[in-house]
Amino acid sequence: MENTLQAVPQNWYLVLSTLLFCIGIMGVLFRRNAIIILMCIELMLNSVNLLLVSFSAYSGNSDGQVFVFFIMVVAAAEVAVGLALMMSIYRNAASTDINVLNKLKW
Amino acid sequence: MNDNMIQDTLLVTPALLVPLLPLIGFLINGLFGKFLPKSVTGWIAALAILGSFICSVTLFNGLNSTSSLNIDIFNWIAFSNINITFGFLIDPLTITMLLVVTGIGFLIHLYSIGYMHDDEGFTRFFTYLNLFIFFMLLLVMGNNYLVMFIGWEGVGLCSYLLIGFWFKNESYNNAAKKAFVMNRIGDLGFLLGMFFMLFYFGSIDYSTVANQAQTLAPNSALLITITMLLFVGAMGKSAQLPLFTWLPDAMAGPTPVSALIHAATMVTAGIYMIVRSNILFSLAPTTLTFILIVGVATSVFAAVIGLLQNDIKKVLAYSTVSQLGLMFAALGLGAFSSGMFHVVTHAFFKALLFLGAGSVIHALHGEQDIRKMGGLGKYIKVTYITFLLASLAISGFPFLSGFFSKDEILAHAFEQNKTIWVILSISSFITAFYMFRLVFLTFFGNFRGTEETKKHIHESPITMTLPLIVLCILAVVGGLLGLPEVFHVQHAFSTYLSSVTEGSAQYLVHHEKVSHATEIALMSFAGIGAIVVILFAYNKYVKQNALPADDVELTGLNKVISNKFYVDEIYETVFVKPITVLSDLFLVLVDKLIIDLAVNATAWIVATTGKTMRLMQTGNTGFYVFAMVIGMMVLLIIRLFI
Repeated sequence: MENTLQAVPQNWYLVLSTLLFCIGIMGVLFRRNAIIILMCIELMLNSVNLLLVSFSAYSGNSDGQVFVFFIMVVAAAEVAVGLALMMSIYRNAASTDINVLNKLKW
Repeated sequence: MNDNMIQDTLLVTPALLVPLLPLIGFLINGLFGKFLPKSVTGWIAALAILGSFICSVTLFNGLNSTSSLNIDIFNWIAFSNINITFGFLIDPLTITMLLVVTGIGFLIHLYSIGYMHDDEGFTRFFTYLNLFIFFMLLLVMGNNYLVMFIGWEGVGLCSYLLIGFWFKNESYNNAAKKAFVMNRIGDLGFLLGMFFMLFYFGSIDYSTVANQAQTLAPNSALLITITMLLFVGAMGKSAQLPLFTWLPDAMAGPTPVSALIHAATMVTAGIYMIVRSNILFSLAPTTLTFILIVGVATSVFAAVIGLLQNDIKKVLAYSTVSQLGLMFAALGLGAFSSGMFHVVTHAFFKALLFLGAGSVIHALHGEQDIRKMGGLGKYIKVTYITFLLASLAISGFPFLSGFFSKDEILAHAFEQNKTIWVILSISSFITAFYMFRLVFLTFFGNFRGTEETKKHIHESPITMTLPLIVLCILAVVGGLLGLPEVFHVQHAFSTYLSSVTEGSAQYLVHHEKVSHATEIALMSFAGIGAIVVILFAYNKYVKQNALPADDVELTGLNKVISNKFYVDEIYETVFVKPITVLSDLFLVLVDKLIIDLAVNATAWIVATTGKTMRLMQTGNTGFYVFAMVIGMMVLLIIRLFI
């Protein structure tokens, strides 16, 4: 049975999600703004979601899509906590630059 | 038969109660003692023992002298072909010991209520005392060697606790440790003996071992090994040469402890054990000869040391060692029931002597040196009379208990070997001499202490004098238990024990019984000899008022004897010093050099690595994330390509 997702070859999904994931990693590694880092983490999560959905569609098994729902719920909760932490950090340090937060070291 | 079985089941309850009551007393006093008033704890302990005594009497009445009662309580150790049960065996020998332990135990508990009255550790004292009685009962009631061994170790523990009862005094603690270590040497022998029995007989039940042993050739190497090892255990516990030095030091404990543990009960455990295994020992005549030699040597050696001791309790301690030697000599002669008979009479008069000494010490507020006593007979009459009668009994004064039991052993010695008889007679005359040296210096003449002490001399309270009187009666008439056949009566005591000892009779060498005329001659000789020695002591210490010289004035042989033949010093040089030197050596070589080095090096490596590596923790979050990603990539590469 054909569906709209299968209109695109599966390799394209793979390439896209790999690209999204790498962009996410690069963002986490090289940006210093904590909010952007948080967004990059979301990007990585969603690249995985995309992969799950595509595989699910191609194999005709809905497990992957169910997983995606779970990941979305968890991600929402995680973002809520993450943003709350950001707020708290901002109030203390008046900045969201992660290099400011280097007090905890040897 | 059926009647017998019903009766046996009726006896199980009292038999179980005998050891259980002291255990309950121990638990109550040990766990809740501090919430109970002093007056209650002492009586709980004493009544627990009284209960045991009543149960023992029930057993004595219920069980005739030919039957025995075996109670298996549970299967304890069972693997492959070894099966050890935890159970009790009640037979005439056990009942004899039960009556002695609980009977004298109760009197001594009663005495302690008075004696320990002002002690801050009053409750602790009775806790230990009850625990001791419990273990002693296990020792004599067990139906195999392992149960006996539990009791054996348990009484050793209680002995340690009670010798070091006044633990604030360092030398008392050392005495306690010495007793414990010396006993361990003996215990090792006992333990090895049990291993041999398990290995070769596959069992450590008394009856199985005895049956198995009878299938072996008499005097075979295995039997000699086992009996020798068991005897090493007995040497330690019953303070025989060369392991006797702990007993005199054990007098550091409170006097009732000396009376109960180090005179009447625990130290006779070795004799009980040998009588219990009499078939085993009679199959190994070589060991019996060895026991005879050790017993005779100990008897004389300790008696000689006792001649020049000036501490009232030390004299009694050496006398105990000497009397134990006499008992072992009896066992060595194969006269098992005579040895037990002397155990019983000795328990009566030696417990009485110790309690009397305690009463004297109590009256003089802790003074133990007989050179500072004298003339006490006027002030403390009950103590004086009972002590005097006990001394007469131990000296073998005609028709008192010690006379009959000692005489029986001497008669056996005369039958078998005249030399042994001569040596034992000399030892018993020495005993009479030092006992009356003690009596005359303590109770006769004039008081030699300070005026201050003299004013305070007082007779002990009724709880202390009552046990003295009861024991005194026993010490006087106890000999009637074993009137010799010369008096045309059956020997009651040996008849009672015959079911236990008859099994070994066939293996012992039979000697011509001495004729009645000779026996009477021997008895008269011993009796008259004792009286002459007592008169000699009277002449020296009362008529001539001789006083023991100060330690510094002694010369030559006297000095050697007064210093106990320097046995302690010899042990110190031969065993303790080399071990100390060796341990110092190992301290430097192994401990400091090897172990410390290894431990310190390990710690140094860990610390240094940590010191270096912690610098990586820069606090820079970007770096952490970077490291994390690199790490994940490395793992991925390993997973995929390697």
